[in-house]
Formats: sequence, C-alpha cells, structure tokens
Amino acid sequence: MPIDRIRRKLVNGFACTAVSAAMLPCCLGRSALAAAYGLEFKLRKVADGVFAFQGVDELMSAANQGAISNLGVVVGTDAVAVIDSGGSLIEANALIAAIGKISASPVRYLINTHMHPDHVFGNAAFRQISATIVGHHNLPRAFEARGAFYLQSFREQIGDALIKGIEIIPPTILVDDRLQLDLGGRVLELQAWKAAHTDNDLTVFDSATRTLFAGDLVFIGSVPTLDGSLLGWLRQMDALAAIGAVRVVPGHGPVPADWPAALTAQRRYFEILARDIRKAIADGMPLRDAVKTAGASERGNWHLFDDYNERNATAAFAELEWE
Amino acid sequence: MQNHAYRSRQLGLPLATVFAAILVAVGALIGASGAANAQQTTASSDRIWQDLKGDVFGDRAILVDSGVVRIEAPKRAQDAAIVPVDIYIDPAKAPAGIKSVTLIIDVNPAPVAATFEIGKDAGVTHLSTRVRVDDYSYLRAIAETQGGELHMAQTFVKASGGCSAPALKNQDEAMATMGQMKLRQFPPQETMTKAQELQLMIRHPNNSGLQRNPLTQYFIPAHFVQKLSISQADRLILSMEGGISISEDPNFRFDFTAHGTGQIQVEAIDTDGKVFRNQWPLEATGL
Repeated sequence: MPIDRIRRKLVNGFACTAVSAAMLPCCLGRSALAAAYGLEFKLRKVADGVFAFQGVDELMSAANQGAISNLGVVVGTDAVAVIDSGGSLIEANALIAAIGKISASPVRYLINTHMHPDHVFGNAAFRQISATIVGHHNLPRAFEARGAFYLQSFREQIGDALIKGIEIIPPTILVDDRLQLDLGGRVLELQAWKAAHTDNDLTVFDSATRTLFAGDLVFIGSVPTLDGSLLGWLRQMDALAAIGAVRVVPGHGPVPADWPAALTAQRRYFEILARDIRKAIADGMPLRDAVKTAGASERGNWHLFDDYNERNATAAFAELEWE
Repeated sequence: MQNHAYRSRQLGLPLATVFAAILVAVGALIGASGAANAQQTTASSDRIWQDLKGDVFGDRAILVDSGVVRIEAPKRAQDAAIVPVDIYIDPAKAPAGIKSVTLIIDVNPAPVAATFEIGKDAGVTHLSTRVRVDDYSYLRAIAETQGGELHMAQTFVKASGGCSAPALKNQDEAMATMGQMKLRQFPPQETMTKAQELQLMIRHPNNSGLQRNPLTQYFIPAHFVQKLSISQADRLILSMEGGISISEDPNFRFDFTAHGTGQIQVEAIDTDGKVFRNQWPLEATGL
C-alpha cells in the first residue's frame, strides 16, 4: 500500500515536472522524490529564519517513510544549515524541496546530531546538493561500527523500496568540542557532548534567536532511548539546562518547546530508572528480572514506553553495575 | 580434557574460514529469499545450524531436549548488544557430570559464541551471561558429558531491530577502564545446599571485529577476551574459550560448590594477548 502510493506519486511527480526537467535535468529527481513523500511535509517557522519539521511519535516504518524525528533549518543571508537529514531519502528530498520554498540560499551544511538512522538516513540527498556534512568527532567511528548493521536491520523494518539508495555517509567537518558555523548574519554554535544518548551527541544553538536544536539529548512525550550512558546523560543535564536558549527543538516531541522546562520529564524518567535499577542490583536481582519492572511507574507518561523502556533498563543495568 | 583442548584449538585455526563461509552463506540466503523472510523464520537459523554443526561437532550424535541442559533467553532481544542468556544443567540427568557447554548463536557472523569448561566437582548447575545477537536466531547450548555424549537445548530470540545495534555504547569509557574486574558473591539461597553464587564482571570492549566498516569495507579488528578461567585455590570452577559474541564488559553469574575457604582466582586473556588477573577471598557463607 505505501509502496503503491510512492509509485503513484513518483509517476505524478515525473509528469508534473517533465517540462522544467527538460531544461533543468538535475531538478527532476528532487521534485519527483519530494512529490513521493506521500504525507504532508510541514516545515513550520519557530523563530525568525528558523524552521522545524516535527516527526511522528512512531517507530520507523514504510508507512511513515522514516519521518519520526524532528529536523531543523536555519537560514542565513549567505547560506542555509540543516539539522539532521531524516529517516529516508524521500523524507530528505521533501525537506530539501520545502527549503527551496523559503530560501534561495544554498544548503551549505548538513549537521548530524548523532548516529541514529532516523536522523542520518537522508544524508545522501544532501551530498547530492553538495552540502558539507558536520558531526561529532566520534560519529565516523560510530558509523563504522554500526552502519552496515543499520542498513541490514532497517531493510526489514522499512522495506526494500524505502531503504533503496540510502547510504551511510560520514561527516567531513568534525566537532571536537565546539565549532561555529557562519551562515551570514547569524552564527550557529555547535557543541559536542560526552556520552549520553549516544557517544556522538551534538547540539546546535542559534544565538540570534536563542533557539536550541538538542537532537536526541532531549525527548518530549516519546520515551528517551538510551544508547550511550545514563550516568553521562544525568551528569550533563545541568550543563544542558544552562544553555541560554528560550526554546528548544527536541529530537522527538512537540516543536518548539520551552527551555529549560523541556528537560523536566526526561530527567525524572532517568532518575526513576536509575533508582529502580540500583535497588535491583543491591538486592542481587539478575538483569533479566530487573528489567521487567524498572521504570514501570513511568509507563503512563510516555509514548513508545513498551518499545524502549526495557531496552533502556537493560543498558542502564549493565552500566550501573559498575558503580 | 586433553582431547577437548585439542578440539578447541583445531576449531580456533580455521575460524576465519568458518566466519567467511557463514558470512557468504548468510549473504546468499538474504539475497535469494528476501531479507524479511530470511530474518523472520526459524528455518533460516536452522539451515545455518545444519551446515555449521559438522564443523563444530563432526558427525557426533546430538541429543535434543533430553533435559540435561536447558537454555533461556528473552523471546525478543531488547538491546541487541546485551541479551541475557541462562544455561541450566540438571545434575540428576548427567550423574557423571558435564565437561563443557558450547553456546551457539546461529546467525551471528561467528556462530560459536563461547565454550565453557566446567571444573570437576565444581557443582555448576546454572550459568548466566550476556551476548550480542545480530538477527533473528536460535541460541543453542550443547553440553558434553564426561562420558562424551552431546545434549542440546535451544531457544529462539527475535532480534531487537531498530537502532539497537550489537555494538559498543561508550567506546572511550570501554578502552579507559579495560581490565578492571569486579566479583560479587551471593550467599546460598537454600540453607541445605552448599552451593553459592558468584558474579564475575570484566571491563572490556569485547569487540567481535566482525562489523564491516561501510566506508572502507574492511572489517574492524577483533578485540575480545578469548580465554578466561575462574578457580578456587587453583581448582577450576569454570573456564571459557572463544567469547566472540559475549557482550561488552563480559559478565558471568554462576553457582558453584566451594571446596574449603581458598581464594577465588581469575585470569583473562584477550585477543591482543593482554593478560588480566585478579583474586578475592571467599566470603563467609554462614556454613
């Protein structure tokens, strides 16, 4: 069904752009693919020159075309920067098409906030338009260790049609600690974090509007997923809260949200999870039993809780056992 | 004992060849029948096992579900990098004792996850550890009795899917703390038995090295604990060879019967030849 829809839209897309395509062949693919995004791709303005797309609170699937994470766009007088490329080429091309409607400036930078597929599977579409990819200094290493696995496991999850053409493309500008990107009229401040959500988390702060793109260091509504270090995340929560933003675009959840109030719920979740796991460890409970109940009191507070809580508890147990 | 060591070494030599063969086999399967089918059925896991078992056990008979050995793992892996697995041995069904248990994960690039040798009179009836599981797969425990019989139990694990990869979470931390060990001792649960539980934890990235770097197509170098022995006063409780699919920070929890009050000694050797040793006094158990 979703594949049929993609095909139909592709045909429509080709038909509609046939005339302009004759003159601008390079645009054909992009417009056609943008049209292939069967869902409404809504890029909303969150501040002056700052836009965001809000993903759905679901797991990546053929039906949602991988569009589950939030994406950002910041427009300068010289250049545009994009924050995360989305979970498919179709989504990425829809984003690129939407940017074309709000700015004539070139997309100079694609910033990857971390390694997960819903944030980086669209990278190839940005290479296609000659954007430079920027990421945490640990990101290439993470792609080396996981990239092949992601392509294999997501083929099954999102289907052959959507995975086709997706490539793991590493950043060429690496952020060791902090880096500024000048877009003309505004400067983005990039910050590399120690292991938290992953060991390659990067945030982007637009000081002109005091908007923070937190990547998956901030989850709202959708349960946070732990693929780095629970202790590291908790330890850095205060430093994160100290960023002088007035609003945040979280990696998942409502766009935009108030800052730093956006951190409250996830901090509570992690503190409860850590408390429950520590007690289980102290009681000598084995991992397989502890993960069944840890964090259970938070079930009613989050989307996708049953998809991720036990996994978070598993990772937390293995980490907290060493305290 | 001698025979076992020889067999393990024999296995060790052509291991790379076996890995390559399995990789090719898995690749062919996926290519031929479509990834979704290949990954979701027990049949594809079984096919790999049928090809593999001769390489590991020759043409020896393997008794299935005889009750000598039992294996438990979650039906769905939550975190692909940390899948808890429990192996139980029923001493009543193997009066002469169990010599070794081999843990196999069919679809992993190197299916022989580890082989555990159990010390004579060590009284080990339950061993739990954590493994990486790459895909939908049977986990199999094959126990060899002192008399040389092979007994197998199996359980099917669905891969966790999504962005949970069987890889290191915090690589810098893993390297910085490598070699640290922790031993937890749990008092006997039933007062009538002398068995008590130990949990050995070793800090190590334990990288299988079988992930192919998508950028260069080279394999990432293997770096894992490949030999481990746990003894009490020089008397073997449990040893492990292989270990390629054991999770980061290898973790083993098992029961055993203490003989006297001698110390618990541990020696681990990784694929770089680094040796890690530690020892701890046996805690009073109230016996």
